[in-house]
Amino acid sequence: MSNYQVFKEGLWSQNVVFAQMLALCPTLAVTTSGTNGLGMGLASTVVLVASNVLVALIRDFVSPQVRIPVFVVLIATLVTLVDMSLNAWFHDLYKVLGLFIALIVVNCAILGRAEAFASKSPVLASALDGLGMGLGFTLALTVIGLVRELLGAGTLFAQASLLLGPGFAFLETTVIPNYGGVLLMILPPGGFLVLGFLLAAKRITDARMARRAATTDFSAAQGA
Amino acid sequence: MSFDLALVRNKLSYQGISLGIVALVASALLSVGNSLTGPAIAEAEARDLQASLAQVLPEGSYDNELLKDTITVDGMLIYKARKAGAVTGVVFQQAKRGYAGDVVVLMGVDAKGTLLGARVIKHQETPGLGDKIEVAKSKWIRDFDGKSLENLPADKWAVKKDGGVFDQFAGATITPRAVVKAVKGGLDFFAAHRDEIIGG
Repeated sequence: MSNYQVFKEGLWSQNVVFAQMLALCPTLAVTTSGTNGLGMGLASTVVLVASNVLVALIRDFVSPQVRIPVFVVLIATLVTLVDMSLNAWFHDLYKVLGLFIALIVVNCAILGRAEAFASKSPVLASALDGLGMGLGFTLALTVIGLVRELLGAGTLFAQASLLLGPGFAFLETTVIPNYGGVLLMILPPGGFLVLGFLLAAKRITDARMARRAATTDFSAAQGA
Repeated sequence: MSFDLALVRNKLSYQGISLGIVALVASALLSVGNSLTGPAIAEAEARDLQASLAQVLPEGSYDNELLKDTITVDGMLIYKARKAGAVTGVVFQQAKRGYAGDVVVLMGVDAKGTLLGARVIKHQETPGLGDKIEVAKSKWIRDFDGKSLENLPADKWAVKKDGGVFDQFAGATITPRAVVKAVKGGLDFFAAHRDEIIGG
């Protein structure tokens, strides 16, 4: 598998949330708005890339029998360091993201990628795998967050400037002014509902794409 | 080197030692990280506290260092605002149970017992309903500015549904009730300990 394919897998066909169904705890918990989803996704991406690179670097020295505790220690250390540095040097960002950083430790996708990919692959491929999986996770969280936010509060990317800086204030859109909001969508059941519908939508898209690919192959074969 | 490693890796002693080394390196990294970030974190938190104190005090109403001028009365930590030595206001916290856990209100009160400002600094109320008590989401909390036990009789310290003067939110009455109760409780506390707080 080429490095490009490794990167692409994580975005769609092996998407952490939509295909592997991993990391559902942070997914359902933080996606009450597009901004929250984006923040959690980006923070997880950083940790995922760093942990994949570290694990790939030491993969030859770790005995299979003790690999899980080694990876767990590494990931926990990494997350704690990220947490402390953000708190110290990017305090405003930390106030928005702080809650999510600690949650990254329980994100099984990170241990999952260390175990399934980085412990058997070279450093560059592992970094790209981490980046692809991380961005795929970010995409999933942002989409779920945006749908829930739109239905629940009638806005998109509310308070994005708090997370990304004043330059991103243009992202903040009020789609439906004075909208009462379907509170259910902001509350936990909304997370399950939106995730379910999005999963169904992805299955339908995939099935359609597969059917189209099959027809093209068939007609190509006939033409030959 | 790698064929050697494959053999060594299966030895129990190698596994134990390698796990130990990883744990050691991890703790070393964490303690270095902690000592590097510790002062910056403490400074950032002090700045946060200073900023939230400043929110409930009028601008220019004090010239002292709020974080260092504190007094503890009846177990409550109180920050004093002074201008040219005279106490112009005090800031303290009040917590009352809301819909989900405590709603913590930071309030500034002047020497006569009039509310200078109040801010909810911590809560777990329902997003979209109860969180309108945050100043970032709604102006509601500013309705308290300038109120005191003298200019508002005790039975009016309630949400409108209960015959008081403060708005409740559609779908959330318990949350604003908790805030009203917290602010009222704070003013009662100030009235009961006024001399101790101002004089000390």
